[in-house]
Amino acid sequence: MRIIVCVKQVPDTTEIKINPETGTLIRDGVPSILNPDDANALEQALQIKDANPDTEVVVITMGPPQAKEMLQECIAMGADDAILLSDRALGGSDTWATSNAVAAGVKKVGDFDLIFAGRQAIDGDTAQVGPQMAEKLGIPQVTYVKDFTLEGDHVIVKRALEDGYEVLKVKLPCVLTAIKELNTPRYMSVPGILKAAKQEVKVWNAADIGVDLTTVGLKASPTNVFKSFTPKPKGAGIAVAGDTAKEKAENLVAALKEKHII
Amino acid sequence: MEFSYSREQQMVKKMLKEFAEKEIAPIAAEIDEKAIYPYDTIAKLSKLGLMGMPFPPEYGGAGTDYLTYIMAIEEISKVDASHGVIIQTHNALCCWPIFTYGTEEQKRKYLPDLLSGKKLGAFGLTEPNAGTDAAGTQTKAYLDGDEWVLNGSKIFISGGGIAEVYIIFAMTDKSKGTKGISAFIVEKSDVGFSVPKHENKMGIRGSIAAELVFEDCRIPKDRLLGQEGKGFKVAMTSLDVGRLGIAAQALGIAQGAFDETVKYMKQRKQFGKSLDKFQALSFEMASMKVRIDGARYILYDACNRRDRGLPATVPAAEAKLACSEAASYVVDKAVQFHGGYGYIKDYPVERMYRDQKITEIYEGTSEVMKMVMAGEIFK
Repeated sequence: MRIIVCVKQVPDTTEIKINPETGTLIRDGVPSILNPDDANALEQALQIKDANPDTEVVVITMGPPQAKEMLQECIAMGADDAILLSDRALGGSDTWATSNAVAAGVKKVGDFDLIFAGRQAIDGDTAQVGPQMAEKLGIPQVTYVKDFTLEGDHVIVKRALEDGYEVLKVKLPCVLTAIKELNTPRYMSVPGILKAAKQEVKVWNAADIGVDLTTVGLKASPTNVFKSFTPKPKGAGIAVAGDTAKEKAENLVAALKEKHII
Repeated sequence: MEFSYSREQQMVKKMLKEFAEKEIAPIAAEIDEKAIYPYDTIAKLSKLGLMGMPFPPEYGGAGTDYLTYIMAIEEISKVDASHGVIIQTHNALCCWPIFTYGTEEQKRKYLPDLLSGKKLGAFGLTEPNAGTDAAGTQTKAYLDGDEWVLNGSKIFISGGGIAEVYIIFAMTDKSKGTKGISAFIVEKSDVGFSVPKHENKMGIRGSIAAELVFEDCRIPKDRLLGQEGKGFKVAMTSLDVGRLGIAAQALGIAQGAFDETVKYMKQRKQFGKSLDKFQALSFEMASMKVRIDGARYILYDACNRRDRGLPATVPAAEAKLACSEAASYVVDKAVQFHGGYGYIKDYPVERMYRDQKITEIYEGTSEVMKMVMAGEIFK
């Protein structure tokens, strides 16, 4: 069985710094990590490998050359192989263009039974690349997977909803996007680290994956960042004073009247 | 000389930083307060390969060099020195002598379980009347047919009662002094071996230290480790290795206390400004960093010598002295800069202050380190 895990290297902070001129992320000086949801995706693939040792886990990402470091860390966690899609032609891709490139990379890996991705990356928070890639590969997808069982040629998954979950049976091959409730990602192991430090991360460019150059990169992207800004924090709220509910209500009405709201 | 971390070292440090923050930091105060051996986290670290890092994969080790292993001890000790010494004692003082002096049969029998962390190892040299002066060892062993018979006791033994495998030193010929000491492998289940008492320690309280007692403890003849009468060499060379680990533990404590103090000084305000804005304090932090960084280079250089197969006895002594002295200086200032908060258990520097002291005492006191160095200086 071959499982492909789509991962992304993201800045290690929830407070993303954005260049106000270009609207793009400032990566300098911010340590990079494996996107948290993607770690859950990889963990699920590795658990399948633990149970079925002949499983091959391949991680794939698109990004700049330094994303190799994150891929090495995926190998140190237990992945067999890692592929970096890296090319200036792919730079500035939005989710649509990115999914074109990743789908092409996945096709080149080929012979996959299952694809995992994280729900969304903590930098862009779009949750679009996984689903778009599934569409482009023409295979079924389930997002927000919080529980997973492999049964022969299909999987049974729980898809988290706001107020509950759905149980879905899906035929392989399919794309599943993981949420953090799915599992607890493992740490890199020392033997894994030694293996990873020696193993080469494969780098494929746009020509290697045979992607149509009119469908990738900044110019091909249908969405553009118009403006980025940090929203001003909301002011402190006001607690309406009063000993009883009636008194509080009266004070509230008085305050609203004073501001000519009512 | 190369002053950069290899990719392997970067990843080991990153993994252990994350592990220590997520798994060890939340329990560090409790295992200290209640003197609890941290079975769960040690089991998790075993799975990650920490209990046999610098040994070859053919016996179940991870196969790193010694420097990378030392960086691991340092990283863990930044958060909790008890975890640091548990891993250190096991690797350097039990696995290492078996790997170095054991017969092929002994290696095959003991190393796989030890290096995978399935069994913990310990080392018993110190006695009530023989610490620094090993010639005063009173535990005796004599051969009776196919068995060695051990009688005596050991004190302050790290891992005592928790460990399954013990390297024990006993006199096989008292008349020869240190040349009459032999090393043995004792198993926890051996009849006549008992652990009557756990010590109530000042620091590193998550690492259990105990008294070991041997009363006509009979072990098979093939449990002799190395040659008869060569036990002192087994002990001293093991301690050479161990001192690098204790140096790393001390360095970790120093760096951990330093980092905690930086964090505290940025948020603690007095006289209308945070403590880092007081030059008297911030300059002192610079001095502390100089001591930590200097000690680190001495330690890494000593490890590097060992990895290259060069003599490392004196460099290891120097490294232990430098790191434990740096740690002593840093924890003192760390508590001082925390003020009253440094003296209560709400902040980790209080524990680090107590944990640090032992690094100047065990696996050779600072005075012994100076003896080793002075011997080299005036040879």
